Amino acid sequence: MESFLNRYRNITVLLLVIFAQLILLAVQVKNDQDVRIIRLWTVTAVTPFARVVEGLRSGSLGLVRNYILLHKADADNRRLQSEVDRLKLENITLKNQLNQSDRAQALQLFQARTPSRTLAASVIGTGAGSSSKMVFVDRGTVAGVMRGMAVVTPDGIVGKVIAAYPTASQVLLITDQDFAAGVISPKGVRGTLKGLGTPLCKVDYVAFEEKVEPGEWFYTSGDDRIFPRGFPVGVVKSVRPDQPYKEIYVAPSGMQRGTEDVLILLEPVHQDVPGTPIASQPVFIAPPPPDSGGKAADVPAAAPAGAAGTEADKLRGVYKAAGEAQGLTVDGHTFAVGSGPKEAYSKLPDFTKLSQPGAAGGRGAGTGQGQAPPVGPVKPASPSAAPGTPAPPAKVPAATPPPGARPGPAAGRASQPGGGPPGGIPR
Amino acid sequence: MSYSGGRILLSSQRQGQVSRFRAWVMVAVPLAAILFQVYVPLFFQFLSFLEMPLLVVVYFALMRRSQISGLLVGAAVGLAQDSLSKNPLGMFGITDTLVGYFAASVGVRLDVDRAFMRFLLSFFFFVFHQSFYWVMERALLGHQPAFEMQRWAVLGLLNALVGASLYHFLDKLRDRA
Repeated sequence: MESFLNRYRNITVLLLVIFAQLILLAVQVKNDQDVRIIRLWTVTAVTPFARVVEGLRSGSLGLVRNYILLHKADADNRRLQSEVDRLKLENITLKNQLNQSDRAQALQLFQARTPSRTLAASVIGTGAGSSSKMVFVDRGTVAGVMRGMAVVTPDGIVGKVIAAYPTASQVLLITDQDFAAGVISPKGVRGTLKGLGTPLCKVDYVAFEEKVEPGEWFYTSGDDRIFPRGFPVGVVKSVRPDQPYKEIYVAPSGMQRGTEDVLILLEPVHQDVPGTPIASQPVFIAPPPPDSGGKAADVPAAAPAGAAGTEADKLRGVYKAAGEAQGLTVDGHTFAVGSGPKEAYSKLPDFTKLSQPGAAGGRGAGTGQGQAPPVGPVKPASPSAAPGTPAPPAKVPAATPPPGARPGPAAGRASQPGGGPPGGIPR
Repeated sequence: MSYSGGRILLSSQRQGQVSRFRAWVMVAVPLAAILFQVYVPLFFQFLSFLEMPLLVVVYFALMRRSQISGLLVGAAVGLAQDSLSKNPLGMFGITDTLVGYFAASVGVRLDVDRAFMRFLLSFFFFVFHQSFYWVMERALLGHQPAFEMQRWAVLGLLNALVGASLYHFLDKLRDRA
């Protein structure tokens, strides 16, 4: 046995190491849990070096770029140019400082403006692997960072924290293939943003009948419970019709100016999505045609008596018949047709004595025949008016819509804040 | 080391000289390689194709000519890479372990002090690394990564070029005692 192990020692060790790692892998995949201690060791060992290297780089960059290179280029006339070099050095150093302060100022402005509580962080490394779309930032659990927190810039979202260590955190960028977030457009089109491993991202699960145009913006919807609602995500670059979902490609806006400095949302606060249409927009109603003379009653009066009415028309006929049966003239009623002498009722009809449909007599209100009475008075520019309906003049009863005419969807929305349904039956 | 008429195959394992490195070299070089891969692409995006940790594993495995040493270096570097990636621990670990083992096995048989041989081996092990990682992603994680052999071949050539130069520099860190 011993000689066997000696003879196959190398392959035995190989199999043992591979087997141990397979077990490690299987445990992680099965339990969906990470072996955190190994990652903790590695990150703690590597990130301090990354910090030192970054500090050395940022500290010496200005010197290398602005002094040594210029010094080398101007070797021939160094003496004459020394003063110019010194001024250039100062100038470029100041420009660099200004650039850095601009970036910091933009972050500060954003921090002050956004209602969310944020934490500024600098990117100090990328993930291992040539196809990696993740970075390390220099803030960790000591600074209050937790796994699952959103990472943004003033221009938009950048990613989310997938692991937080004491002095650093791992951020999955939105371009990674494993990234997903809920998004919404100003028109209210909802979808799921997915990374593709390329500079563009895809908005998935948008039904093909939804209208999305290139150039349109997407914002976070807040549905994913990671990103608060209302943060910019990106602008639509291309839209391809497909079944059952559209293929929408979005250029992320948060990474356009690089990701050197980012903000981690410690306490996110939802905001409004910019540009969302208000539910109660005023509806434009055109003036009446010139030949009507403001007599909207002409239109319904011309309607054939036998024209088929809607259920509402039938019901209105019942009320009308009840009013006539009680000796109250129709023209004097508030829902009366015509522009004759307006005699206000001294009392309203008793609608508790309604005839049954079909038994109303006269013009057979219950059978759907007879002239449909118009609706009550409607003020011009009222949100209850349907688009496409001839506009009534001021203080003139509205014209009855032609048979089969239905209010458009905007009418339904517009009528909500008005308190009553469009063209409601008078009480 | 004695060569027999410029052959690339060693006539016996004794012809292959085992290179020794100081302990700090064995720690610092892989650490620097990992740091390079984590940090440098931040500022030089075009350098993200370089698989420095893999090149270092191949180098130490080839030069140490010990299969156990090679697979242990591969496992350590691979697990460190896994720790700094979003993948489960073991993906790079297993791949680099195999690369270390096979590179050491090849190092016993071939004259790996020749630059051209190092170039060929770097190319081969890069493609092997990428292919095996692709297989592992499909088989163990259930992902559907793209099979990009042409891209791997081009990146393998670039990595091999860099690797051959890097090995020349690393030769200077060998223990001469």
